[in-house]
Amino acid sequence: MNLDDALHTFIAESRDLLQQMEEALLRIEQSNDDADTINAIFRAAHTIKGSAGLFGLDHLVSFTHVAESVLDRVRSSELEFSTALTALFLEVCDHIGMMIDHVVQSSEPDPAASRELAERLKNYLAPAEKPAKAVDMPVEHERPFNTIGGGRVGTDNWHISLRFGPDCLRNGMDPASFIRYLGTLGQILSIATLTDAIPNAAEMDPESCYLGFEIAFQSDASKDAIDSVFEFVRDDCQISILPPHSRISEYLDMIRDLPDKEMRLGEILVECGTLTRAELDEALHSQSSGDELTAIGEVLVEKKLVHQPVVDAALEKQKTIKESRNAENTLIRVDAAKLDHLINLVGELIIAGAGTSLIARGAGMPELLESTAVMSRLVEEVRDSALTLRMVQIGATFNRFSRVVHDVSKEIDKEIDLVISGAETELDKTVVERIGDPLTHLVRNSMDHGIEPAEVRMARGKPARGTVRLNAYHDSGSIVIEVSDDGGGLNKAKILAKAIERGLVQPDAELGDKEIYQLIFEAGFSTADSVSNLSGRGVGMDVVRRNIQALRGTIELDSTEGLGTVTRIRLPLTLAIIDGFLIGVGEDTYVVPLDRVVECIEVTAASGHDYMNLRGEVLPYIRLRELFDVKGRPSKRENVVVVEYAGRRAGLMVDRLMGEFQTVIKPLGKLFGNIKWSGGFTILGNGEVALILDVGGLVNLAMGREEKARHGLYAVR
Amino acid sequence: MTLTMEGDMTIYTAMELKARLIEPIGRHRELEIDLSGVTEIDSTGVQLMILCKKEAMAHGTTLRFTGHSQPVLDALDLFNLGHYFGDPLVIQSDHSREALK
Repeated sequence: MNLDDALHTFIAESRDLLQQMEEALLRIEQSNDDADTINAIFRAAHTIKGSAGLFGLDHLVSFTHVAESVLDRVRSSELEFSTALTALFLEVCDHIGMMIDHVVQSSEPDPAASRELAERLKNYLAPAEKPAKAVDMPVEHERPFNTIGGGRVGTDNWHISLRFGPDCLRNGMDPASFIRYLGTLGQILSIATLTDAIPNAAEMDPESCYLGFEIAFQSDASKDAIDSVFEFVRDDCQISILPPHSRISEYLDMIRDLPDKEMRLGEILVECGTLTRAELDEALHSQSSGDELTAIGEVLVEKKLVHQPVVDAALEKQKTIKESRNAENTLIRVDAAKLDHLINLVGELIIAGAGTSLIARGAGMPELLESTAVMSRLVEEVRDSALTLRMVQIGATFNRFSRVVHDVSKEIDKEIDLVISGAETELDKTVVERIGDPLTHLVRNSMDHGIEPAEVRMARGKPARGTVRLNAYHDSGSIVIEVSDDGGGLNKAKILAKAIERGLVQPDAELGDKEIYQLIFEAGFSTADSVSNLSGRGVGMDVVRRNIQALRGTIELDSTEGLGTVTRIRLPLTLAIIDGFLIGVGEDTYVVPLDRVVECIEVTAASGHDYMNLRGEVLPYIRLRELFDVKGRPSKRENVVVVEYAGRRAGLMVDRLMGEFQTVIKPLGKLFGNIKWSGGFTILGNGEVALILDVGGLVNLAMGREEKARHGLYAVR
Repeated sequence: MTLTMEGDMTIYTAMELKARLIEPIGRHRELEIDLSGVTEIDSTGVQLMILCKKEAMAHGTTLRFTGHSQPVLDALDLFNLGHYFGDPLVIQSDHSREALK
């Protein structure tokens, strides 16, 4: 691969634009004639075409050009976004995406596919129309612009606005000859040559064209005839032609379309022919204070030289130029590898800092202790802000599913809506990247298995359209992502029967609801009666669970028969650094994530039971000494750390409580892959290694024991 | 100091002309560019004239174009740039006179 930076930017931007285009297309299915949405689609296609041209990607340019021409007709209300057209444009979107993938791989896409799609697009072009112009031409129909009254400009001239592209001189097109030729069609009343674009001597390339013209033109020729003067430069050049007595709104549109940045308001007005130079000079003369731009506008209105709306439009243009520049400045694209490096360094800094604090405590110098305390606070802040750099909103991931739901519902012929909530919930970028596939699987499952066919739904008294919901929220140091549907729910009996048939459970086993649902995640499990293209082949849910577990997350199901199913994925917010709570068992030190710790209780008399009475509630606990097979006598006073996971609590009996500790999570090597109850380790300030306990696993272990104990109890009774 | 232009001021000569025209600007307080020998001028040439004017203003050099040949007059007339340069022109066309009013 041989890509320079600019091309990288082009690829990233084009993908963003395609994403926006797709979202807009899906939106348009709901709200048909929304001008903003249509414009967004047009803009995306237009920008991709323009940038592709810069890189000489001709196949991409010619294809998007056809798409853009069709969109132009939609924009001018000659066409409507029908279902068929929307579907076609979704294909176009995919096709452009595919072409960009080819750009990444420096390969050539299949021209037949482009031709075929382009042919289908051309059906939507008016028969007489040549492939439409690159430039938005003001045409005779009414513009959807309501804030302006019906005022018309007094002059009976054509107004022609030209901006020649930098290459037109090199291509042998001299602006002078076009203007001379224009002169043969009528009379050039006045012409303003714009020289602002000429840079200073060092940057100016004498062979590039920097000229623009505003021309007042009197002629009986038709618009087409005037238009055809510029036939040869159309691709190189930005042209607007306003017919005589144009509406003010059309002048305003033209002001907006002018490419020149930060033009002075007065100049804009003069160039548009709204004002004469003399009128402007007079206004400037009577303006007493400085060269405040707004003031010029006010003076002009006061003297009744221009209409207020014209000034407003000009001012608005200046403002948007500035604002868009500001918005560009607030965002930077950063290489993800650089961020990872930063976070690694912060991790090392934390470990080193912990070491220093430890030495400071040993040295017994109060000043040193104080300064290390300040430093560790700062390090903590650095850690937090470094981690937020990696946080992204989950909304973008969720929005991708609009397309999935749209396509799948067509494929399986069910009408299904997607409802998204909690899109602004933030989580680590690496998690976001890896959550996409499992989520897709769950959404497809919900659509295919969960939601019943329309007739069944009607019979059950539910609306014919099914709903799939995606929701995300934060819950004590984790992020929870829910995929839910209002379908038929899970059939417990069927799952159990299937599990027994496959030998996954003993026929006489007594299982709780949750345990039965969890069986779905076993490898090779499927209860679907029919195997469809999408799901039901029995591969999948176990892969989903494995993916989630690889992210140190858990997945669980909740279902009400006949009403629907909720799949809940619980993930840690970040994969790199946590606040830990140090506990000692025997000689060893362990870390429990601090946000899992509810409270610590001191217990004196350890009974033989595996559960205790915590303020009237049964709290099962685990003796870590037993679990980790630690030799030696337990200390007289033992402590129970109460931990919580996914709403369930359990106690961990430990020898010592050692306080908070910033923990940099280091993954365990493959060699230790089979260590249970631990997902990673960390390095303590004194250089020792401590295992990080997997609270979820421990809580489940404790709950399992308790449940068994209870079953035993019932059996005795 | 006086600089004399001869021959064509077109895209074919633009590169060398730019170097020649820009060089004295800023080094002399007054500069006169004699255009009487210009046989042909296109948009590139006009752009160069504008560049000189801008640079001269930026560097505090007083710049005058003199002896405009007919092709130069035609080009300035076409682009309506007579008043931009503000130099006395021997023959004034209808258009530029209108604009000066």
